[in-house]
Amino acid sequence: MRGSLYNAVFAAGITLVLACLMLGVRLGAEGTTLTVYGAGADRWEWILAGVGLVFLSQLFSTQLGRLSSRIPRPDLGTLKPQEATWKAIKPWLLAALVVGLLVWPFMVSRGAVDLATLTLIYIMLGLGLNIVVGLAGLLDLGYVAFYAVGAYTYALLSEYFGFSFWACLPIAALLAAAFGFILGFPVLRLRGDYLAIVTLGFGEMIRILLNNWTSITGGPNGISGIEKPTLFGLEFSRRASEGTQTFHEFFGIEYSSGQKVIFLYLIAVLLVIVVIYLINRLMRMPIGRAWEALREDEIACRSLGLNRTVIKLSAFTLGASTAGFAGCFFAARQGFISPESFIFIESAIILAIVVLGGMGSQIGVILAAIVMTVLPELAREFSDYRMLMFGLLMVVMMRWRPEGLVPMKRPHLELK
Amino acid sequence: MSQLLLDVNELTMRFGGLLAVNSVNLSVKHRQIVSIIGPNGAGKTTVFNCLSGFYIPTDGSVMFNGQQLAGLKDFQISRKGLVRTFQHVRLFSKMTVIENMLVAQHRHLNTNLFAGMFKTPAYRRLEKEAMDRAVYWLEEVNLLQHANRAAGNLAYGQQRKLEIARCMSTQPQLLLLDEPAAGLNPNETKELDQLIVRLRDEHEISILLIEHDMGLVMGISDHIYVIAQGTPLAEGSPDEVKQNPDVIKAYLGES
Ligand SMILES: Nc1ncnc2c1ncn2[C@@H]1O[C@H](COP(=O)(O)OP(=O)(O)O)[C@@H](O)[C@H]1O
Ligand SMILES: [Mg+2]
Repeated sequence: MRGSLYNAVFAAGITLVLACLMLGVRLGAEGTTLTVYGAGADRWEWILAGVGLVFLSQLFSTQLGRLSSRIPRPDLGTLKPQEATWKAIKPWLLAALVVGLLVWPFMVSRGAVDLATLTLIYIMLGLGLNIVVGLAGLLDLGYVAFYAVGAYTYALLSEYFGFSFWACLPIAALLAAAFGFILGFPVLRLRGDYLAIVTLGFGEMIRILLNNWTSITGGPNGISGIEKPTLFGLEFSRRASEGTQTFHEFFGIEYSSGQKVIFLYLIAVLLVIVVIYLINRLMRMPIGRAWEALREDEIACRSLGLNRTVIKLSAFTLGASTAGFAGCFFAARQGFISPESFIFIESAIILAIVVLGGMGSQIGVILAAIVMTVLPELAREFSDYRMLMFGLLMVVMMRWRPEGLVPMKRPHLELK
Repeated sequence: MSQLLLDVNELTMRFGGLLAVNSVNLSVKHRQIVSIIGPNGAGKTTVFNCLSGFYIPTDGSVMFNGQQLAGLKDFQISRKGLVRTFQHVRLFSKMTVIENMLVAQHRHLNTNLFAGMFKTPAYRRLEKEAMDRAVYWLEEVNLLQHANRAAGNLAYGQQRKLEIARCMSTQPQLLLLDEPAAGLNPNETKELDQLIVRLRDEHEISILLIEHDMGLVMGISDHIYVIAQGTPLAEGSPDEVKQNPDVIKAYLGES
């Protein structure tokens, strides 16, 4: 009891200090001077209530733990049908899912489709980082750098040389892969915290480079007016630029700006399906197994004749190329990019997607990407406290499901 | 075959001021079980680390199959057919037993990305061969029924056997076993004893063994080296070693 009283006082104190700083005071400009405003009385009541809640929950944490352990947990395993039936219905389920994904955007609002496109981008990023962090076990905090490389590859090639989106997709992936390779070399010998710091630095380097190389990248102003993707040369604009045709003219239908949004969404769906397929194959190939083996025990790998240099570099390279892919599409969708889009928080969000999803698990990563992009959108009013909610989500997950939403399942291999 | 499989000359390893291995000579012929014994801290594991490329020896030469190993990296040495186990089991614990076996055969597989993506016939053939070899060795060590279980969930004795099977699937010529019987019960030790002999007699490989279980060592070794405090103390057949006064003194002195 003494211990938990101490704990409770300590936790409540911390909550009070943090809440005062984050919620209780606010900076505002008064002419040219900054002034600190205190919060209103009702907000202070909320803060005090929160502190009280923390105090009580810490004080009675053991009792609460015992109570919560008595709540029966639904066993999700039993929901899944038998192995045989599952095998039979799986292709149908997948087909239904794909058809659903393709039909759905025609029935909802533009905003929803746009959000779905953003989610798909994060799914791609999550799947790519999952190779590096989830499978190979290399903590990469600068993943956003490769995303930036992909985005700027398309933006610059399109602006200076008039390359099309489709031509830039593979180029962006290759270039990002090259950057992954370059980063991979110096960090080969690093592990854990050291690796995290170096990759973090690398991410910042790329961002600062883009910010300062004004003559080419436009610096903080970024690049705007990036070409939208075309469908076999058909543009999705109201009026065709010279020598081309627009989609609605070609098919003789009414122009609507929604067509472009849906088209972008469909491209994203296509890209995500390609990425899922490729990574799924990779995971079942020797290289995928080697990544995981490296995560499990590097020394055993070396003793069995696995070249860790090649394995680590391939993880970095393939992970980076996925981000390049996503970046290229991101630039095309936004039509405008600047270094602002590639700050550290992005890396943190992508990493959170991988960790929340359940390291290594593709379905988990997809679910987590949906949660991480759709939730903030649903909770728009609280957007000031986005990071706070983000932290809360992490804490809850670590308590409730430390292994992630959908922990990775081992493949069952037929022995023949 | 008169040529030595492994020929170690004047192997020396220093850690700062500590002379962990001091001018050790070893040789292993084809189809031989050779043991290294000695008290804890004698430098046995360090010898293994030097042979397998995990440490770069301060001095001395290691010839394997008539070839200098100096300058080769650990994974290159293992690819030449000199494979080791560890004093503490090192499995890929979250992966399944069969996956452990397949990872070990990585270099025998087609690792070309495009071949794998398109499942070319050559790729499939190699995958199948690897799978067959994995199944073969799992059967040899009686683990086939656990093939799709996570390696970390096996009982300790099974993990030990899996480690040996995993090494064997790489098709080595010389297997280095570091205290394989540590922590096994008498039954499991007997099984291990038979397995090692079978590896020599049926699979025609050589084994270099570090072990404290004297019953096991004396029963199966063709030749024994004794080292104490990094320095060679005696060598010979099991009988010769058993009667060597220096060895008796070292062992009695220790306990
Ligand atoms: N990497 C290392 N750095 C420093 N000292 C080491 C290292 N590895 C082993 N040693 C020392 O070398 C000696 C021999 O150790 P080891 O080879 O593990 O003995 P054994 O396997 O015979 O019990 C010990 O004194 C140990 O502390
Ligand atoms: Mg030892």
